Amino acid sequence: MSQAVFAETPTKLLTQEFGRVVHRDPLWARILLIGTAGLFVVLLVLVPIIFVFMEALSKGVSVFWQAINDHDAVAAFKLTAYTSAVAVGLNLLFGLAASWAITKFSFRGKSFLVTLIDLPFSVSPVISGLVFVLLFGAQGWMGPWLQAHEIKIIFAWPSILLATIFVTFPFIARELMPVMEAQGHEEEEAAVTLGASGWQIFWHVTLPNIRWALFYAVILCSARAIGEFGAVSVVSGHIRGETNTAPLHVELLYNEYATAAAFSIAAMLTLFALASLALKAMAERWITTDAYSDFIFRSKT
Amino acid sequence: MGRTKSKRVLPGFRLTLGFAIIYLSVMILIPLLGLFAKTFTMGWHAFYQTATSARVLASLRLSFGAAIVAAGVNAAFGVVIAWVLVRYKFPGKRFFDALVDIPFALPTAVAGIALTQMYAPHGWIGKWLAPLGIKVAFTPLGIVIALVFTGLPFVVRTVQPVLASVDPEIEEAAATLGAGRARTFFRVIVPEILPALLTGFALAFARGAGEYGSVVFISGNLPFRTEIAPLLIITKLDQYDYTGATALAVIMLAISFAILLFINFYQHGRSVAFRQGAV
Repeated sequence: MSQAVFAETPTKLLTQEFGRVVHRDPLWARILLIGTAGLFVVLLVLVPIIFVFMEALSKGVSVFWQAINDHDAVAAFKLTAYTSAVAVGLNLLFGLAASWAITKFSFRGKSFLVTLIDLPFSVSPVISGLVFVLLFGAQGWMGPWLQAHEIKIIFAWPSILLATIFVTFPFIARELMPVMEAQGHEEEEAAVTLGASGWQIFWHVTLPNIRWALFYAVILCSARAIGEFGAVSVVSGHIRGETNTAPLHVELLYNEYATAAAFSIAAMLTLFALASLALKAMAERWITTDAYSDFIFRSKT
Repeated sequence: MGRTKSKRVLPGFRLTLGFAIIYLSVMILIPLLGLFAKTFTMGWHAFYQTATSARVLASLRLSFGAAIVAAGVNAAFGVVIAWVLVRYKFPGKRFFDALVDIPFALPTAVAGIALTQMYAPHGWIGKWLAPLGIKVAFTPLGIVIALVFTGLPFVVRTVQPVLASVDPEIEEAAATLGAGRARTFFRVIVPEILPALLTGFALAFARGAGEYGSVVFISGNLPFRTEIAPLLIITKLDQYDYTGATALAVIMLAISFAILLFINFYQHGRSVAFRQGAV
């Protein structure tokens, strides 16, 4: 009798009925685990963040204000801003092109290409800078030619840009590919049969489907581009007010024992990081709601 | 849906693939090939001498050793954090979830100076540890703490989705068969999340071994003792020892690529298993 009841009861109902008994952990275990995880993250992450702001304001608001409005600091922020903008823009173009080719078509060597896109993830930032020194430096492959033509790449803006692009290269493609893969290509194919051109398909069919993932990817990539330190440190030459990016300026001030000033710049960078995380959290919620409604729609049809 | 050899319907294949390959080659492949080409010009003997010099070996041991320890710490706490985030409800959970991403977004130099000041002998945390005889700043322990910070999101964010997709029904099945909670965890859940855990561990490890910005301030940079491999590359560059810097870089890359191959092998194995199971 009871067996017959069990056999007929859908498993979902069983979970609802007995779920509490079977997979709720005892209270002490929950408290212990939440406490451990919470303490770990608070000590490791939250305390340093609070510390940055405390140190930045330790000598008063006016010192903080002076530090971030200092001529060299402003130059550093500007350099970081437009380097990141160009790097993210170019990586965005690449990310869109690569994920279109990889997810909408099948071709030989596709998985090899995906592996190559991931390469920069396993390269130390310092090595990412080093490769450009070996190419364009005075002793590099192209060094003599560049010198003869008076083109400056190393210790100048072009190499800062190249190093930033190298380090943030995979981010946008990596975020877009799974989303475009999940979307499939039926909708685009339908658009083709209706006579849409390539650009029309992209703007009216593909882009609306991936807009939040795209936003998310750009935020992630920007945060990394703004904060890049190791690679840029190798190629920049550290010329104050000229080739010093904001993170490099933090290092310079810190090594000069201008601790409050260093932490003031650091606090501004931390604010950018926190803002990008807030935007990312928003985008994440939109992605999941989009993907979820899409999933429901697909499973019903 | 059978995959037939059909004509490509959608436009833009040549354009997008062409651009992607050219951009990839110019930005990533050619610079990396330049690095390897440089190694070939230096000759085997010079390469071997650089690679086996005591200072290089000490820096490699430190970088990869500290990265393994830090990735291990992240693996252990990462599973607890992922578990808590997936399975429990508690006040402040979304804030807690957001905190995990901070090391990803925070510039490494900022993390570096903050941790150094905090763990210095007179710092916020350092002054409590100093009486206990624990030195953190300017020791290998400080390097490990910096790497635990940068590696935190990797394990949590790879394990979390997999843990969320574990069907509670299999846990119920284990429970109805008489397995205790601990036994269910180790015999049912751990095998499910193990590939993701290994992937997260490998990612944190690869990131940590090459990490520079967050470590360089707290490490103290004493040759043979607290000098990490990326810093030694920069030191060699500053001394115009390009071949030495290149040799060290190639060794580091070889180790990191081996890790990447390992990750891809695992993920490939998983996705094949997933396809066979799901479709």
